[in-house]
Amino acid sequence: MRWLLIKDLQILRRSPLLVGLLIVYPIAIALMIGLALSSPPGKPKVAFYDQVPPGQGKIRIGNQQLNVAGYASDLLSSIQPIKVHSQAQAIAAVRDGRALAAVVIPAALPQEIQSLVTQGVGRPTVQLYLNTRNPLERQFVDQDISARINQVEQAVSKQVLRVAVSDLQEVLNGGTVQVLGQHVQLLGLRNARTIVEGTLASLPAGSPLRVALRQVVGFANLAIQGLGFASPVLGSIGSPLTVDETQLAGRTTPTAAYAAAIAVIVSLMFVTMLLAAGMLAVERSENAYARLVRGLVTPAELLSEKIVLAGGCATAVTVVMAACVSLFVHLDWARFELWVVALALGGLAFGALGVAIGAVAREVSAASLMAFLVSLPVAFIALVPGNAVSGALRTVLDAIAFLFPFKPALQAISSAFSGTAPGIGLPLVHLAVLALVFGGLATVAMRRFAGR
Amino acid sequence: MSTAASAKPQATALGARSLAKSFGGRPALRNVSFELRARELVAIVGPNGAGKTTLLSILAGVLAPDDGELDRPAGEIGWVPQQPALYSKLSVAENLRLFARLERLADPEAAVKRMLAQTGLQARADEEVGRLSGGNRQRVNIAIGLLAAPPVLLLDEPSASLDPRQRERLWEFISELIDGGTTVVFSTHNVAEVERYANRVLLLADGELLFTGTPAQLEQAVGGDPRDLEAALVDFLHQRGH
Repeated sequence: MRWLLIKDLQILRRSPLLVGLLIVYPIAIALMIGLALSSPPGKPKVAFYDQVPPGQGKIRIGNQQLNVAGYASDLLSSIQPIKVHSQAQAIAAVRDGRALAAVVIPAALPQEIQSLVTQGVGRPTVQLYLNTRNPLERQFVDQDISARINQVEQAVSKQVLRVAVSDLQEVLNGGTVQVLGQHVQLLGLRNARTIVEGTLASLPAGSPLRVALRQVVGFANLAIQGLGFASPVLGSIGSPLTVDETQLAGRTTPTAAYAAAIAVIVSLMFVTMLLAAGMLAVERSENAYARLVRGLVTPAELLSEKIVLAGGCATAVTVVMAACVSLFVHLDWARFELWVVALALGGLAFGALGVAIGAVAREVSAASLMAFLVSLPVAFIALVPGNAVSGALRTVLDAIAFLFPFKPALQAISSAFSGTAPGIGLPLVHLAVLALVFGGLATVAMRRFAGR
Repeated sequence: MSTAASAKPQATALGARSLAKSFGGRPALRNVSFELRARELVAIVGPNGAGKTTLLSILAGVLAPDDGELDRPAGEIGWVPQQPALYSKLSVAENLRLFARLERLADPEAAVKRMLAQTGLQARADEEVGRLSGGNRQRVNIAIGLLAAPPVLLLDEPSASLDPRQRERLWEFISELIDGGTTVVFSTHNVAEVERYANRVLLLADGELLFTGTPAQLEQAVGGDPRDLEAALVDFLHQRGH
């Protein structure tokens, strides 16, 4: 096997275009994924038309003013605004593709909010126009703008609550309020109760006012108690809910590390399968296969050599690729030896699948094309999210994915990169079994097709 | 240069008894038996589909016969397939070295030097095989078959893709092998080469061995013009229903 390996490495060394592609391809993928993961998403272009006249964007809640227009700046910070001067221009900007969406703030929005807050009447509405040509972009913009509008809603709610709580405190404890530009002293329930209690104490025992004033004190006590509870209750409504996240299946792979794992395994798959299938086909296209297996090497030795060659080269390339990716994404270097083990076993399994393909193709180009055509659905099936399909189809896809090395290789390298559950052991065993199975199939295929 | 007239056949080099082979139920070789003597140059001839390549493949150990046996193991027989079986990205010397190592020869480098000298390719030793002419590629192809110095060499249509000059040089080379003691068996469609070089002819048709003898004996068998082996061959097959 040693001499065959050396021979194949010599052939690869004299095929600079092929080797260059095999090296450049995964590194290019690594760089693209790294840059994509490390760059924040771009701001969408949104046409923005604010019909609220300058200075009219304020509403009054209790004795406080709320500047609704100020919240628009939050929305503008998350988009690339295209300022337009009419609703028609806003719609035209979306139609002709200059903007992914248009937001129109109606002139009556502050009044609508004011009416809703103070009287419970009104339906403040912001108009949103979306470009439906690109569903992905549409979804992104829709979610982003909806989130921003939700922020405005929350801000208004909070402010209303803050005013309500403040007013309640003034009703309870008294204070100074502004009415028509004049400062008016508010007595407050507690002060009123104290005054009434003092009056009661100074009244003669048989005074007919005593009964009535005691009723006033009783009412004041009840009101003070009730309003005392109201403030914290209103405050709690104004606070957003806190989500207590519990992970039941151990640590999950960070999204960026998982994306890196996918990139590395896709490269491992392509490099290994193309190399294994192609180098085996070389033996037949050069007519050397029959000469080799008439006593010089056994078919099993020849196939093993191709699997080791392809797996070894792909492992080396993808280890370098993972190192490049780790410049952008956090990968656990303390588990480096597990990276190598996962990639090596993945390489052997993909290599065995590659020689099984190469065994049925006589020409290098046919073998490469077949390897490519098999690779794509193998990766696709393994990457379909479980919740994206119905139960029966999911079972079928899981069964198919189980028969190929992509999924276990992805699980193994994900675990190696970040130490996540369910661990690396089972995927490695799975890969080893697949390597043996595909190696066996390749041997049978060589016997069946070698004479063609 | 040695020719049929100058060859001196000696002891048995290879014996085949009752060889049979079928592909998918269709017989490709039926009960074929013969003996080859040392230093003999034997031509296997016959129409397309006669079983020539199947017979050579069985003698080479590339195919296992369904029935019959050989008295010499395949490892002691050199085999040169019709299409050069070598790596075009490797140099002449690298190809020879690779196969010498795979043959587990005691001194691969010595074998490489010997074959380079024997094929006259020393000057092209470091040249990639893919850049050689068809004739030189065939010489490397034959050299690989001869690395282990086998007593019997099988050549499958060795001159099929060569021009007349290359063909002439090939036969000079083969004649030197005969002179060196090697038994050479070759398949061909070129009757002129058979007439000129072969000591003996094995005539196959539909998997059956119809005739074994010298070219002259084949001509005598049909009573034709002793100077026209091709006509004799056609008449012989016609007389036997082929």
